Amino acid sequence: MVAVPIADRDTEHVLHEPHSFVTKYIWSQDHKVIAIQYGVTAIAIGLVALVLSVLMRLQLGFPHAFSLIAPHDYYQYITMHGMIMVIYLLTALFLGGFGNYLIPLMCGARDMVFPYMNMLSYWVYLLAVLVLVAGFFIPGGPTGAGWTLYPPQAISAGTPGASWGILCMLASLAIFIVAFTMGGLNYVTTILQARCRGMTLMRMPLSVWGIFMATVLGLLAFPALFVSAIMMGLDALVGTSFFMPAMSSMGQPAVHNGGSPLLFQHLFWFFGHPEVYIVALPAFGIVSDLLSTHARRNIFGYRMMVWAILAIGCLSFVVWAHHMYVSGMNPYFGFFFAVTTLIIAVPTAIKVYNWVLTLWHGDIHLTVPMLFAIGFIFTFVNGGLTGLFLGNVTVDVPLSATYFVVAHFHMVMGVSPILVVFGAIYHWYPKITGRMFNETLGKVHFWLTFLGTYAIYLPMHYLGILGVPRRYYAYSNGIDFIPRSVQEVNAAITISAVFVAIVQLVFLFNVIWSLFKGPKADPNPWHATTLEWQTPDTPPKHGNWGPTLPVVYRWAYDYSVPGAPQDFIPQNVPPDDRIPAGREHGLKS
Amino acid sequence: MSLGIAFGAVIAGIVVWAMLVRKLSGRPWETNSAVVELGTYRQSEIPAAKIGLWTFLAVITSLFGLFISAYYMRMTHGHSALDSHTDWSSIPKPTVLWLNTAFLMGSSVAMQWARHAASQGNTRVMRSSLAIGGLLTLAFLLGQLAAWSQVHDSLCFSLRNPAVAFFYVLTAVHGAHLLGGIFVWGRTLQRIGNQRTALESRLTVELCSVYWHYLLLVWLVLFGLLLST
Repeated sequence: MVAVPIADRDTEHVLHEPHSFVTKYIWSQDHKVIAIQYGVTAIAIGLVALVLSVLMRLQLGFPHAFSLIAPHDYYQYITMHGMIMVIYLLTALFLGGFGNYLIPLMCGARDMVFPYMNMLSYWVYLLAVLVLVAGFFIPGGPTGAGWTLYPPQAISAGTPGASWGILCMLASLAIFIVAFTMGGLNYVTTILQARCRGMTLMRMPLSVWGIFMATVLGLLAFPALFVSAIMMGLDALVGTSFFMPAMSSMGQPAVHNGGSPLLFQHLFWFFGHPEVYIVALPAFGIVSDLLSTHARRNIFGYRMMVWAILAIGCLSFVVWAHHMYVSGMNPYFGFFFAVTTLIIAVPTAIKVYNWVLTLWHGDIHLTVPMLFAIGFIFTFVNGGLTGLFLGNVTVDVPLSATYFVVAHFHMVMGVSPILVVFGAIYHWYPKITGRMFNETLGKVHFWLTFLGTYAIYLPMHYLGILGVPRRYYAYSNGIDFIPRSVQEVNAAITISAVFVAIVQLVFLFNVIWSLFKGPKADPNPWHATTLEWQTPDTPPKHGNWGPTLPVVYRWAYDYSVPGAPQDFIPQNVPPDDRIPAGREHGLKS
Repeated sequence: MSLGIAFGAVIAGIVVWAMLVRKLSGRPWETNSAVVELGTYRQSEIPAAKIGLWTFLAVITSLFGLFISAYYMRMTHGHSALDSHTDWSSIPKPTVLWLNTAFLMGSSVAMQWARHAASQGNTRVMRSSLAIGGLLTLAFLLGQLAAWSQVHDSLCFSLRNPAVAFFYVLTAVHGAHLLGGIFVWGRTLQRIGNQRTALESRLTVELCSVYWHYLLLVWLVLFGLLLST
């Protein structure tokens, strides 16, 4: 049986444009609406996590000033903040939000290949968020086991939320994974099967490559979290002993016997480390496109960038145990995981060099998206370099329980991707809404956020080197090796954190105000080459492309091509005598 | 065994890498005219639903692979509360599992038969063999419930025994996947009953058969695991 490619069957395709409010905006199967639904939900729950982080910082910076934050609250805030930011904000926003919006538009498709499943994916994700939030309203509150949910602590008496909170968390994670799988199958299949004519794999923008590889990682890694969630749920609910060892609690032997907490750690980090790249790879791809577009240069080393994405994706599955050095392991295993961890720095460094070389001799426009993209490079290099320290067993062991890890992690996995998220929202805002945002407010938002986050996280490295332990509610009870000045640094960090949190209101105001009052946007305000900017309507209508699908004639990075009438040639412009095909580095053969 | 798995993984990695090198060697910035590269469409000729199913099977492979890894690790890492010996106590294998395996094999054969009939355009045979395949799957699921009951009634039953806990979890997760298949099977039968001819249903039936064969393979691996430990 020979099937006809989707792009070649387009004439048979009848667009059933939704007309009622419900089918257009609620039970919508349009990838753009689903992307916005994902984005709004992820940002909303992300704001909850932001407030939790401010509460934690208030406690650390001014320990005796806020009596409303009890120790068990603090641990619940840590746990919920971490899990929400990593899974429910970043993963959902990059893949459910940007993935949904960009894949069909950048590949020249009318929609995802399974629109109904795409719609289900969002609603199941929303259910996962609601189950997670329900944890705040149940007896005992949400789990306070830390975002890694390590047993036996997570389900042992004495841990906040050890009865119902942990069950809410595990159920929510399992539901999230079901939602992600439905979305992920769509992203992979759409990229493989629904590209328009001429859009070869090696002509795809790097944003699509990053999202594609991150989705593959997610599809293969999330099952590890699913397995651990099921098994820990059974340990908690029916008294099995998958992870729970024999213990005494309050002088009485617990019901469990012989379980392996290390098994949970292996499963968790087999998911947990690829998760870093599930967030990072879309950010890498998107930032490549932002840098190229706003520097008016073709991306340096496109093919190497694609290979680096693939290499990072594969290597991310063989480094997980570097999160477990302090759990104890055979020294040969420690050596193996330290080596693989350092090897993964090679393709990552290639990407950083290529970003910098893309800027070299570029016609750099310091637009708001570009500022965020450049801010990302700085921050990622900072966070990446401290990762080299922590990847080595002997350095990691003394630093592992300190604020050095908090600083590293937030630089590389918190601030870096969030800068890309902001850059990407500003970059595609005109296409998504049809309006321009306020440039001045955008720049204010960037500078205050960028400098503010450095004021938060740079000092944390020094706290870590001093040995200040993380996960502590307070340091007031005579930890002799911690100098008194640490408290002053903590107060300064807290002030910066509150400041950065408040600055995000500028972003929210800009996004909402511009939606109604912003000037009408040009269909291609950045003079970009990729297909999403070439749609007949802005914002694109249902079906994206009007009566006929686009045809692609060139790669996504024909900027500043010598001899061309403009400094960009869109992917769907055929070559002719006046418009040549581009050459890498702007050279023409 | 771990060496064998590592060797297999390396070989598979080399093969995938070689395929990728071939595929991703384009120099897009140099392609001057190439209005439409027909080469692109070679993989596009595979129906999207088939790619979606194979991707889902990769997810299932990861899921069960991780369960099996956890099974082996729990077998060797766990210790009794009283001494350093493992707390793993093998369960008696319910004999009904052999009958269940035969049911699932039969359902897989019936699905393949339905696929063949669909390719021949024989709607009547397709419908009946599809129905037989589904019914045999339901028999398998009922048989698994009987096996659960037998293990529950056995002397070694204790939720603290990891062998018992894994038996229930693995069979439940596998059964849940089959139930998902049964849902699609029901819809397919309904559609065939409504208006579709064999040729139109061919893709759905083909995908059903692939899914059933795969879940049979997963079950054979799980059954082998249960028998050998």
